[in-house]
Amino acid sequence: MVYLTRKIEFSASHLYHNAALSAEENQRIFGKCNNPHGHGHNYTLEVTVAGEPDPVTGMVLDLKELKEILEREITQRMDHRFLNYEVAELKGQIPTCENIVRAIWNLLEPKIKQGRLHKVRLYETADLFAECYRNEAK
Amino acid sequence: MSGETKIELGRRYRFSASHRLHSPQMSEEENCRVYGKCNNPYGHGHNYVVEVSVSGQVDPATGMIVNLADLDGFVEREVIEAFDHKSLNEDVEAFRERVPTTEYVCMEIYERLKPFPLAKLERVRVEETSNNAFEYAGEEFQDH
Repeated sequence: MVYLTRKIEFSASHLYHNAALSAEENQRIFGKCNNPHGHGHNYTLEVTVAGEPDPVTGMVLDLKELKEILEREITQRMDHRFLNYEVAELKGQIPTCENIVRAIWNLLEPKIKQGRLHKVRLYETADLFAECYRNEAK
Repeated sequence: MSGETKIELGRRYRFSASHRLHSPQMSEEENCRVYGKCNNPYGHGHNYVVEVSVSGQVDPATGMIVNLADLDGFVEREVIEAFDHKSLNEDVEAFRERVPTTEYVCMEIYERLKPFPLAKLERVRVEETSNNAFEYAGEEFQDH
């Protein structure tokens, strides 16, 4: 098995607010991230696909195709967007790194036809990231 | 597909510390041969990076596996306060007997963070320099 990773970046804004909680609770739990006008990050996404290289092309999957999938599914959807209001897949969820990475997994998993999606890692900053992968070890 | 997936949260922390690699089980010559510059009797230092990965259920109310403030506070108390701007050999009990190689530093940090009550510790990665990194996930290491 070979693991191939492609990286993309996108920039987006978000805020953390749960309408079911009081203003004080929101502030206590989410702190600065609760600022009502939102704030933004440069996100870095690493997408890892696992597979055997095709004997004819030597490729696990065509990188051009992966690039197009990422452009269509992620960049067009999330880049320069306000994640709370403009991304349907995050509707009703707090757009934390954990929830965004799961939404990204769910978007990409059915689109990867050669090899299979192994892991996605989303960096919100250089020091904070979330990962989503298939839970087959358990 | 989300039922089949697992989510981890990773966070990077930093501390600066000095150490000296010297094993009482070896002669002076052997120490010098094995550890080279790292055996310099006065020690030397690094800017360490500690990457902590935890897993757990994402709480629908917060969207979080764990509140970062709680994880940060725990790591700060258990690791950073004990290690930052210290001599690992002299100031950290675990390294009075054990050579503070980054392998052992990584394992010691893992043991200190293992009791974190709010999420499951998956693994600890310690970068001694940008070219040397070590990972430990306990005895039941699972590649992913």
